[in-house]
Amino acid sequence: MPARVKVRESPQLLERFGAKWTPTVLLLDPAGVERHRIEGFLPATDFAGQLLLGLGHAAFEAKDWKAAQRHFGEILKKLPDTDAAPEAQYWKGVSRYKETNDATALTETFEAFQKRYRDSPWAKKASVWGPAA
Amino acid sequence: MAIEWMTDVDAALAKARESGRPLLIDFTAAPM
Repeated sequence: MPARVKVRESPQLLERFGAKWTPTVLLLDPAGVERHRIEGFLPATDFAGQLLLGLGHAAFEAKDWKAAQRHFGEILKKLPDTDAAPEAQYWKGVSRYKETNDATALTETFEAFQKRYRDSPWAKKASVWGPAA
Repeated sequence: MAIEWMTDVDAALAKARESGRPLLIDFTAAPM
């Protein structure tokens, strides 16, 4: 559901939502809690990736593990070259682990980072899921 | 496909709550 705020007409909403620059896009869950924030311009594909990240995080917070995996997986499938992709790979693995309680999901996520996005900060976060040194 | 933007944020928040759907809010200074 999309809403647009014209900040020149409603500057009080900037403060209310802590938006300090335009463009800023917030993704809120149905309860009105912010789940993702995009500040500054992004090309269309990167913007789409960030929106899907937001939907994935909102689903994750709602403990809808399947929906979270679907949103994160869509980034990996359709937008694999965007900045959102390494983060999506990380959270897709975590979502699968939360759904199954099977640590294999984390091990396989570590292995996926060995093949792609190896130099990303998210690969570092997943490094603890690999074999012990 | 044109996006139907709501401009009343509180109404949009209420609609999101009722429908159980996420809400996207775009803060823009660009003329529309």
